[in-house]
Order: sequence, then C-alpha cells, then structure tokens
Amino acid sequence: MANDDTSGKDLTGVTPSGTAHGEAPAGTAVVARDAFENPGFPPHRPRVTDIDPKAERRAERWVYTLFYLSIVGSIFAIVAYMVFPIDAENIASVRRNNLFIGLGLALALLAIGIGAVHWGKALMSDHEGIDERHPVPGTPETRARAVEIFEQANTESGFGRRALIRNSLIGALIAFPLPAVVLFRGLGPQDVDPVTELSHTMWKKGTRLAIDPTGNPIKAADVTLGSAFHVIPEGLQDLEHGLLEAKAKAVVLLMRLKPEDLNELPERKGWSYDGIVAYSKICTHVGCPVALYEQQTHHLLCPCHQSQFDVANHCEVIFGPAARPLPQLPITVDAEGYLVAQSDFHEPVGPSFWERH
Amino acid sequence: MPENRTPTPPKARSRKPRKTGRRHPLASVALIAIGLLFTGGAYAAFSTSTASAATDATSQQTIDEGRKLFIANCATCHGMQAQGADAGPSLIGVGAASVDFQVGTGRMPMAAQGPQALQKPVQFSDEDVAALAAYIGSLAPGPAIPEAHEIDGEGDASAGAELFRINCAMCHNVAGAGGALTEGKFAPSLAETSSKHIYEAMVTGPQNMPVFNNLNITPEGKRDIITYLKYLQTHPSPGGYELGNFGPVSEGLFLWIFGIGSIVALTVWITAKSN
Repeated sequence: MANDDTSGKDLTGVTPSGTAHGEAPAGTAVVARDAFENPGFPPHRPRVTDIDPKAERRAERWVYTLFYLSIVGSIFAIVAYMVFPIDAENIASVRRNNLFIGLGLALALLAIGIGAVHWGKALMSDHEGIDERHPVPGTPETRARAVEIFEQANTESGFGRRALIRNSLIGALIAFPLPAVVLFRGLGPQDVDPVTELSHTMWKKGTRLAIDPTGNPIKAADVTLGSAFHVIPEGLQDLEHGLLEAKAKAVVLLMRLKPEDLNELPERKGWSYDGIVAYSKICTHVGCPVALYEQQTHHLLCPCHQSQFDVANHCEVIFGPAARPLPQLPITVDAEGYLVAQSDFHEPVGPSFWERH
Repeated sequence: MPENRTPTPPKARSRKPRKTGRRHPLASVALIAIGLLFTGGAYAAFSTSTASAATDATSQQTIDEGRKLFIANCATCHGMQAQGADAGPSLIGVGAASVDFQVGTGRMPMAAQGPQALQKPVQFSDEDVAALAAYIGSLAPGPAIPEAHEIDGEGDASAGAELFRINCAMCHNVAGAGGALTEGKFAPSLAETSSKHIYEAMVTGPQNMPVFNNLNITPEGKRDIITYLKYLQTHPSPGGYELGNFGPVSEGLFLWIFGIGSIVALTVWITAKSN
C-alpha cells in the first residue's frame, strides 16, 4: 500500500500542519490562541500479533483452521445432499434436505470470509496509508489524441459522410424493439375492446347465484341472517377458457342483514331481496378480494390496504385508500326461489383504469 | 362396593339361628354370594342411571339445572328469560351449539365489554356447560351440538383446504393463524381450537363471524374443513420455524432484527482495529 504508483506515503509520524494561528497582522491587539488544530492521525499502535510471536502463531492457526473448516463445510453439503434426499412422499424430508445443505454451505462460505478478514486484520500489514486521487481530466496530449482517434474513425468509416447508411442504421435500431410491443399486446384480450372487457362481467339478467366452488345455485331461503356466501355466476365452471379471468371479475359476496338495518339508496330500492345484498368482491383500490365481513357491524375489510366498506350503507368507503364504493349486483328471486341477477353490474368492477377514474 | 360386603354376613348369620337350626354347610356362602350379586347389581343399575342422566341433554332435570345456572350467571346481561337486554343479546333460538361454543371456550361470561369477547379459562365445568346449553337449546330450535361423526376429522383434507381458502382464510389466515379485523376486533388463531368448537363457530357465527349454515357449507364440507385444520395442527411446517405463520409481519421483523443485526455486527467487526 505504501509503495503504489500514486506515491501514497506512510502516515505514521507525520506531524499535523497547524496553520490556524500564524503571525498576527500588525495592529491587532489581541491574538486568538484557541483556533482549532488539526489533530492528525493518532499514533500507530502495534497489535498483539506484531509484538508477541505466540499471538501471531495463534492468529495464523485460526486462519488456516477456518479455511479447513470451509473445506469441511463444502464436503458436508455434498454429503448432506446424498444422505438427505428429497422424498416426494414425505414433506418433512424437504426440511431436512434444505437445513443440512444450507448449514454446510453457510459454514463453507462464512469460514472463508471470516478467515480472510481475520487474516487481513491480524496478520497483514496495518500501517495507514494515503493515496492521492488522480486528477479527473487527462493531460492535454491525451485529450487531443482521443479527439484525433474519433475524427479518424469517422473519416475511415464514413459515418458522417454516408448519411443513408447512418440513417438506415438508426431506423433499424428503433424498429428492433417494436416486435416486443406487439408480442406484449398479444398477451391481452384479442378482437375485443379492453375497456368493454373491463366494464362487463359474466352476470346478466337471470343468471343464478351459485356457491363457490361447487357451483350449486343458492335459494333465498338458504341465506340465513348473518350469513356470508362466496358466490360465482352459475355456469362459470363450464367455461372452456378464460375461467379465471371471468371469475376474477364476477365474484360476489352475498350477505343477509335485517331489512331494517339496510339503508338503501332510493335508486337501488329494488336491488336487494328481503335484506339479502350482493356486492362485488373486488376492491376498487387495487383489486384484492374484499371478504372480511363482520356480521354485527356490517363492515367489510380489505386485507391488503385496510379499506373498509359499510354494507349497511351501500358499501360506501368508511376508511382507507379505496376511491369508490364496491359495485352492487342487483338481485331478485326466480320462480323456483333461486337467487338470480337482475342484470350485470351497472359500473365496472375493480380498480380504476385509464378510461375510468 | 367393599363396604357392602361386611354388613351382609352378620345379617345372614343372625337370621339363621332363629330358625330350626338346620342349615346346609354352603348356605352362608350362597347367601353371601346372593347378597353380593344384589348389591353389585343395584350399584351397577344406579351408576348407569346417573350416567344416562348426565348425558341426556334434553332431560327436564338438566334443563332446570341449566336454568338455575343461567339465572345466577347470565341473566344480568341476557335477561331473566334470555330475552336479551341493553347489555346482551337475546339468546332465544341461538341453539345449544352457540352456548357450548361461547361458554365452552371461556368467551362467556364476559369479563368486560370490549371490541369482542376474549377467550379465557373456562368458567364452568363440562356438566354445567352442558346444562346451560340444554336450557338455551330448550327455549327455541337452534343449531345443536354436533354429533361425533360430524367432527371426527376423517374427511378429505384437500377439499377442506379449498373450502377453507374460499370461506375462511381471508380472516383466519390460510394457515389458520388468525388475523386482524377492524377497530380492535380480530379473527382468532385456530391452532388450538377443538373440532367441536370449529364446527359450532361455523354454524352459529359467534360475534362478528358470519354464519356458515349447512346449505352454504354442507356438513360434509364442514367435516373436510375440520380435517384440514386438524392436519395443520398435527403436521409440522416443511419450511421449518413458522414464526406464527403471519407471513411478512413476523418474518420481516425477524429479518430486520437478526438479518440486519448480524450484518451490522459483522461490519463493526470488520472495520474495528485489531488489538
């Protein structure tokens, strides 16, 4: 360290240059003597390993013991891999496998690290040194030479002169990422307007409400006071493709309150049936499923960001970051007593998107 | 029974000399045997009759016992006829299952009004809980205490896991570790809950838990859910220490303290001067 190319010098014994209080200018009556003095570096203190050869040997033993331990750890990891294989039938074998391989690898790597640091701290030279920074700009000759190289390259390649080649290359580079844009668009819904897709769900007039996951339709009489049903549209299970997308938009939570507890908006008077209400389960904040229903307070809590909706008051937001109430699904009963939807949701479910704020 | 053995022989002996004096050498032995049989049989009949009285939840005697317990311990809040009052709801029609859950887990009688009734050491003996349940169950039809075959935990654990994920996991955590609700309420951990109390909570909807009646989750589905929860209770996590199964909260705290702590300790050690 003390002999590298930047003439870093050994600092031990360097005297601090105290220049804070020089000669007082003429005419000054009082000279301040208490200006701050640069204390410089503390004096170099030799380590135990510098003085005591026994300590030095001990440190050396420590270092090579640690390196040998690392070898032991590596071999242990290999042996553990063979002795504790993962058995697909026994899930506890995963734990043993991970634990012992991990212990071996941790020992192998930690022992190398600790050994190297101990070597550096206890045995290598510990004299403080100082390296001056390089000046940031190069010498004028170096810079002139660099400009010269660029100009020569330009002349020889004709980059500046052959404009057609240059412009077509720039064009090619711009065009290259375009396939990625098209490919990513291919991941989205095809042949349909995404805004329409986001605005409509599987629910339509007459669709029966069914229990998730069995798909059995629900009778109004099944929904006793205080119940919460996790609902999917009937026929969802029969979808050939797009089942998860359809489910993610259409899931509904069905609850029965005492009719006198329910405070309905005038325009939604006919949307519930005898105290049974159905609300979208998709949070209007970022789309987590809101299903933590408290049957006494009639509050719905979103577990992701603690938005709270008051089911008794048309699911208005009473706490948290959600911007809109949960959309309500208008329901009624059919001739056989099963709960059915009157229509789709009257607004898009879930979080905001560009065309909806 | 041993205490019955001593009085019988003197009785037999004292009677015999008064008669003709003739007696068969085995007569006293036969009498002792008859006496033993009689007392033993009477004792057995008596003990079975008390046992059936204890288990018969609908007998009038049990209901009367439950009514006395109710008036002494519960009527202050729930009213003399369990009709409800300002401090407590009506219990008419809540069913025996509700009482068995609330009293059997120590939630009732409540220690103090709060966001929700907390679980605490059970305040009544099993017989008293059964008597209270019988009394409330006799007031009006309601969910009954489940039969043994409904809660035996021998169902389909993976079907139960799916039902649990859809219906329960949002509050109780997918591993049944419990979770926070609003304004100080919380869904409790299910790690120690008995099969019977899990079933009763589903059918009665204690406090802010919604009701999951048999038309929503079938008795078979409830049995599967119990099977899943029992599987979780008895099988260790393959990932090692669970740290309460709370996910990012406890795991993050562990890393924050021990992970960052050990990095800081190593950094201090690396930069400290060697002595």
